[in-house]
Amino acid sequence: MSADIDNPVAAEAARHSNAESLLGKGMEGGVGDHFRAYVSRVKGGEMGALPAIGGLIVLFIIFAVAHDAFLSERNMANLLTQAAPLVMLGMALVFVLLLGEIDLSAGVTFGVTMAVFVRLTQPDGLSWPVAMLIALGLGAFIGAFIGFFVARVGIPSFVVTLGMFLGLQGVLLIIIGDAGAYRLIPEPVKALQNANLPVVGGWIMLVVVLALLVAVALWDRRRRAAAGAPNPPVSIMIAKLAGIAIVGCAGVYFLSQDRGTATLAIAGVPIVVPMVLGLAMVGTFLLDRTRYGRYLYAIGANKEAARRAGINVTMVKWTAFVICSSTAVLAGVFYVSRVGSADAGMGREIVLSGVAAAVVGGVSLFGGRGRLVHAVIGALVIATIENGLGLLGLPAGATLAVSGGVLILAATVDALARRRSAGGS
Amino acid sequence: MNQPIIELKGVTKSFGPVNVLKGVDFKAYEGKVTALVGDNGAGKSTLIKGLAGVQPYDGGQVLFGGEPVHLHHPKDAAKHGIEVVYQDLALCDNLDIVQNMFLGREETRVGTFEEGRMEVEAAAALQTLSVKTVKSLRQKVASLSGGQRQTVAIARAVVKQAKVVILDEPTAALGVAQTAQVLSLVRRLADHGVAVIIISHNLQDVFKVADDISVLYLGSMTARIATADTNPNDVVGYITGTKTMEVAS
Repeated sequence: MSADIDNPVAAEAARHSNAESLLGKGMEGGVGDHFRAYVSRVKGGEMGALPAIGGLIVLFIIFAVAHDAFLSERNMANLLTQAAPLVMLGMALVFVLLLGEIDLSAGVTFGVTMAVFVRLTQPDGLSWPVAMLIALGLGAFIGAFIGFFVARVGIPSFVVTLGMFLGLQGVLLIIIGDAGAYRLIPEPVKALQNANLPVVGGWIMLVVVLALLVAVALWDRRRRAAAGAPNPPVSIMIAKLAGIAIVGCAGVYFLSQDRGTATLAIAGVPIVVPMVLGLAMVGTFLLDRTRYGRYLYAIGANKEAARRAGINVTMVKWTAFVICSSTAVLAGVFYVSRVGSADAGMGREIVLSGVAAAVVGGVSLFGGRGRLVHAVIGALVIATIENGLGLLGLPAGATLAVSGGVLILAATVDALARRRSAGGS
Repeated sequence: MNQPIIELKGVTKSFGPVNVLKGVDFKAYEGKVTALVGDNGAGKSTLIKGLAGVQPYDGGQVLFGGEPVHLHHPKDAAKHGIEVVYQDLALCDNLDIVQNMFLGREETRVGTFEEGRMEVEAAAALQTLSVKTVKSLRQKVASLSGGQRQTVAIARAVVKQAKVVILDEPTAALGVAQTAQVLSLVRRLADHGVAVIIISHNLQDVFKVADDISVLYLGSMTARIATADTNPNDVVGYITGTKTMEVAS
């Protein structure tokens, strides 16, 4: 026994194995343990996107039964481009919703910046990349303006952004003027929502995405191993990645089929898909793996705790509004690309759908809970309702009514989940 | 061991016309639990906030290991290894145990989290406190009991090798068993050479865990005494001002 203690390596090993037997790090154990832990988390109220995914599946089944064309290749591609502005707007809003704040002006922010963009790119105007940079800069400025009043002055974001919602509508009217609308000229921007990747490009996109996911997963495992921390079973990682690969393959294959008319062949993944995917991955990386992202969650849950931990709450809040507004500009780019023009009413209504998308997907309005992928799924739910009810020939009123009902349902799920996770201890 | 790690000499603090601290002397030693007691409004919180750097003192001297220091910002306190565990547990419900323990001082490499390293260090910190009641380090703090939350809050102070840990009413919201659990945790903390300052209204707890008791009465230190040399009745007398003692310096 004394020999063991004299040997530092053995002593260290003994200390280590002792540590593991006493304290679970939440990563060890077999597949069964992890599955049980997941089930108990879900039961504890951490449902995440599960309700929204379930809802999406139900909607797909209903509409597929109700209308033959719903599951057609053309309609599915259409659904994706239809959803793109909403997806981007939902992702933009996640950054402020995580803080327990809101940005009611995100929609009109994209309205104003896109009006500027479209006017600047009229014939004899600026080249479109320059105009795009100006639009993004303007979006960031609007975000900084809102952030100043929320984070520095301390006005509730609801009030500040309601003011911006009204004010920017006025600015939008002034920019558009009597013309009523301006046509979008730059072809590359039009292509965003109207062109597709070549069929092979879709497959390349899928391979790149999968390679990135695998690389990050392996990187994680190596770092954990280097630190002496246990890794979850490799089979779980493989199962997750395989699941994503299967869904991805099915999607790309589906979109690679010819969905054109007799005279014109159309096939391939719409260009917006890789763009949205890329931005979602970057944003998720920021939220999950960097201090900035972690601090957004911390402030959303307990501002005082964050402050005491030395986090610069004012700065994080401020920048969150900058990120939100800048990302909203991209939502606007997808919007004008799809509509083909900039008009004086842009972005006024879509912002509430954006909030709805995030909340339906599982982002909490109370702050501190939610992920970007939730906004993506929530936006798909809202877009599917619009698309499906539109196909069935129901009036726009029905779409609004159903969307509203879904939102209230989702908010109820959120509130119940909160109550359960708060009272679970 | 006679050199206090923290010594306050004649510190003062006033808010407008109200003198909250009127020249307070205070000492805390490594490896000892020093209780700070006093009635509401006696100035306990103000004294602590000065040590934490949240609300700097107006006058007087702070000596850290015999050297005068200035505590004007929470970062100054953190630099000297002074950690405060607040009464209302500064934890984030939506984050897990490891994330809470490292909040604001995450281990990163190339700007991204070293989750594995933080997990191992968090486990080690809980290990030094002999905490065995935590099922998984990756469970959300929302799912923990009051005692477990207090444990995490204390372990948060330990994870960066704090030299001085200040606990503000650590047992106020806890049941009997959990109180005992937290008090033994406090004891172990001191046994590891940490200077512990504990603020409590509960004299029973104070007598169970403290080595020394310092009593604040209306902004002045009216008693400083070894726990072994006194009894709860006398301490109540000091707290309410019906009894006084000469404070030896």
